[in-house]
Amino acid sequence: MARFFAKHLAFLLLTLLVVSFLVFALSEFSPGAVARKELGAYATQEQVDLLTRQMGLDRPLPVRYAEYLGKAAAGDLGYSARFKLPVKDVIGKHLGNTALLAALAFACIVPLSMLLGIAAGMRESSRLDRAILLFSTVVASIPEFALGVFLASVFVVWLGWLPGTATLVAGGGWSVATQLVLPVAVIVLFDSGYVISMIRASMIEVMQRPYIRTAVLKGMPLRDVILRHAVRNAMINPITVIMLQINYLIAGVVVVETVFAYPGFGRMMLEAALFKDIALVEAGALVAVFVAVATNILGDLAYMVLDPRIRA
Amino acid sequence: MTDAPLLEFRDVGIAYATRAGEVPVIPALSFRVSAGEAMGLVGESGCGKSTVALSIVRYLGRAGRLVRGRILFEGRDLATLDDEELRAVRGRRIAMVYQDPMASLNPVMTVGRQLMEVPMIHEGVGAATAHARAIEMLREVNLSDPEAVMARYPHQLSGGQQQRIVIAMALIAEPALLVMDEPTTGLDVTVEAAVLDLVRELRRRRRTAILFISHNLGTVVRVCDRIGVMYRGELVEEGSIRQIFTDPRHPYTRGLLDCLPVLGRDKRYAPLVPIPGQLEPALSRPPGCGFAARCIHVDRARCTSAPIPLLPRDGARGHRVACVRATELAPWARRRAEGTAADAAVVSDPVISTQRLGKVYHARSGLFGAGRAAVRALRDVDVVAVRGQTLAIVGESGCGKSTLAKVLTGIEVATDGHVTLDGAEIGRLGVDGRSRELRRKLQMVFQNPDSTLNPSHTVGYAISRALRRLRDRAPADPSAGVARLLEVVKLAPQMAARKPRQLSGGEKQRVAIARALAGDPDVIVADEPVSALDVSVQATIVNLLAELQAARGTTLVFISHDLAVVRYLADHVAVMYLGAVVEFGRVASVFAPPYHPYTEALLSAVPVPDPDRQYARILLEGAVPRASERLRGCPFATRCPRKLGAVCDDTPPPVQRLPGGHHIACHIPTAELETLQTALVEPSREER
Repeated sequence: MARFFAKHLAFLLLTLLVVSFLVFALSEFSPGAVARKELGAYATQEQVDLLTRQMGLDRPLPVRYAEYLGKAAAGDLGYSARFKLPVKDVIGKHLGNTALLAALAFACIVPLSMLLGIAAGMRESSRLDRAILLFSTVVASIPEFALGVFLASVFVVWLGWLPGTATLVAGGGWSVATQLVLPVAVIVLFDSGYVISMIRASMIEVMQRPYIRTAVLKGMPLRDVILRHAVRNAMINPITVIMLQINYLIAGVVVVETVFAYPGFGRMMLEAALFKDIALVEAGALVAVFVAVATNILGDLAYMVLDPRIRA
Repeated sequence: MTDAPLLEFRDVGIAYATRAGEVPVIPALSFRVSAGEAMGLVGESGCGKSTVALSIVRYLGRAGRLVRGRILFEGRDLATLDDEELRAVRGRRIAMVYQDPMASLNPVMTVGRQLMEVPMIHEGVGAATAHARAIEMLREVNLSDPEAVMARYPHQLSGGQQQRIVIAMALIAEPALLVMDEPTTGLDVTVEAAVLDLVRELRRRRRTAILFISHNLGTVVRVCDRIGVMYRGELVEEGSIRQIFTDPRHPYTRGLLDCLPVLGRDKRYAPLVPIPGQLEPALSRPPGCGFAARCIHVDRARCTSAPIPLLPRDGARGHRVACVRATELAPWARRRAEGTAADAAVVSDPVISTQRLGKVYHARSGLFGAGRAAVRALRDVDVVAVRGQTLAIVGESGCGKSTLAKVLTGIEVATDGHVTLDGAEIGRLGVDGRSRELRRKLQMVFQNPDSTLNPSHTVGYAISRALRRLRDRAPADPSAGVARLLEVVKLAPQMAARKPRQLSGGEKQRVAIARALAGDPDVIVADEPVSALDVSVQATIVNLLAELQAARGTTLVFISHDLAVVRYLADHVAVMYLGAVVEFGRVASVFAPPYHPYTEALLSAVPVPDPDRQYARILLEGAVPRASERLRGCPFATRCPRKLGAVCDDTPPPVQRLPGGHHIACHIPTAELETLQTALVEPSREER
């Protein structure tokens, strides 16, 4: 187990290092460009050159990268030009918001997908299976923005039960809790469709395995066969994919955040990129990579917990 | 046996729904199993024997359906049971043991838990009682250290241990009927022997009735009192072991016995007689005898007009036959070897040979491949294949025989020693490094033809491609070449247009052989080419190989775990254990005393399809040690029943050379081995 962590931690650090260098090099390769991005199209060339010198951007790339790394290690990620705040604070706030959304969504996606996926895969092509398959295919194939707009027109415009935006500011008479309902619902519906079909396929395969026959012919009630023998085996294949959903939930829900004006990490990255807020893009990319690698490790770990055959 | 039967099939018909319509897999089947009795059901794959097994526990899947008749168990019609009652029968009154023990056990649950479930479900006992019962049961199936075994996962146990767990799981609730579906298929011959012995012993102790389903007559003999022979879903003959084996009346039963290789058989003197034709699909069922189309005794007028009933034979209690000519057929005689193998042919013209051949695998582990564990798959292997003859390599799984095949064919390369083909060194040449001429000279046939034929290519394409690649120039007319090769392996030329999925297992293996023959090779290395085939199909392929060899002078290196087939086909035999050759020689000398103690154990484990010939058995204790362990002494020392003492552990055994190129690597002098090993004598020798 210790070796597992050492190995993966080393891999994580290596990935972070490589990605940070790539992002740094791409956005800061030509020194003039950074100052130009900072100052905008109407600044004179003298102003650009001056700022370049002031920022020390005329020094070679490896030197600047080393300096950047040193500062980053000390917790200084730079200053956000877009939000006029230290990058650390900007990221902290948005990441926190996104984590809240992601946690709520994940807490719904996993039990819902397991329940429906297992119920569907238990008896292939039964009426229940067909119904669940139809549901999961439909929700997975509607784009997030369409799903968002559709739910908003029903619950906001028509019924008036929920607010149409989720700015996390308790104003307009809507509490933060009610603001979260729609974004969470859209993500859960969209993402579950995919996870349900994964679990269903795995469950169908498991139900045909000889050990399920062994359990049934032991005289075990079907409910126990499913719960004790099938579920754990059926979760082995989808578990890594389920863990990868965390990655999507944190870095990939830009559309939903935009539709509901949610102040999350994805939207922050989009804005930073559009605004050419280099310090924020660099730090945000690192966070995204960290999440991606960390969820991969989590996936491997969950896989090992479920399947004793790969515990060495 | 006159009291009410425990299990009774009354005119049972079972059909499967398929796209082509409902297929009657079992048209009408009747038989009985009494309490405490062991009945065997024998037949080739597709004869419906597994369907019978699953119908007893009402587990036919959604496609299967009982279309007629009744299955009575303890006087109750199983079809009338509701879910609750059915569950009370399953596992409690009727238990099952399956073919593949690894697949039958839940991989993510400890075997202890899986065992404990049975009494917990059926008797409502607590975990502590169930645990105690499980331990007791594991002891009864001769598993050492049951406490430790309980905590293991299935993948941490050997195949033999897994099957013991499955048997323990079946017997823990003390069922009245144990249904065993091919319980030893896929296990090594030594493991199979131990499992069969265990079943016999448990049966004697517990008086459980057994329905034993197998394609192997040899294993059935060891366990059963009675045998039913099935063909196309029907019982064609039923009787006591003795009746079936000494006086088989149905031509199919005779066919099965004739195509079964037994230890005394030799290709020169007692050829296997395959059953002509092949199993027809169950979809079309002509009136009359289902076997008529393949039967050599057929009388069209009588055999194919009306259904043939299963009738009792006069004067033979319990013997029933479904054949109109049952009483007309001449008495059956077991074919026996009639002469001694010609000992004249001495090692004269070696085609391919190995000298101190070694292969070490380095298993990579750790972060940067640091901790390297070496696995020694081959150690100092010396074997010789003589031109136009067959060299067989035998041993249990993991003995290195497949690695040897891979090194010979260049799929792997040697790490030590030499492989010589026609005087040229090829041990370090991988397939890609071999010239076209060398590849032409040496071809391979694999165990599973399914995975070696590309499913999207026609047979003709596969063979013509081999023709193009192995010949120096493209043949003028490739289709003529394909047709010629198909003819050589006795397939119709029309087969060239077929895809592999339209072929039977035997046909696929013929195509694989035809492909290997495309370049007219000097040597064919065949790795378990008949292990996945039914006995009758196996007989035709084995005969085909023998004929091809006689006609073309091809040298055959035949890798097999089946000693009876090896005895039949081989001229020379190398017995391997843990990567080393422990015995090598002419087949007649290897299969007769003095043997290496390992050869002796292997031979004693071979199932013998003859109720009169139950040999003394030598059971191997312990497990095959890991090949990575550093060996100082004899590789077999840890399991040898004739171990002398410390010398076996510490000193490599000397290679004792006997006349006729027979080598035995053992510390025990051969003269002493010969006097010790008299229990196992080949039937052919016994009679002389």
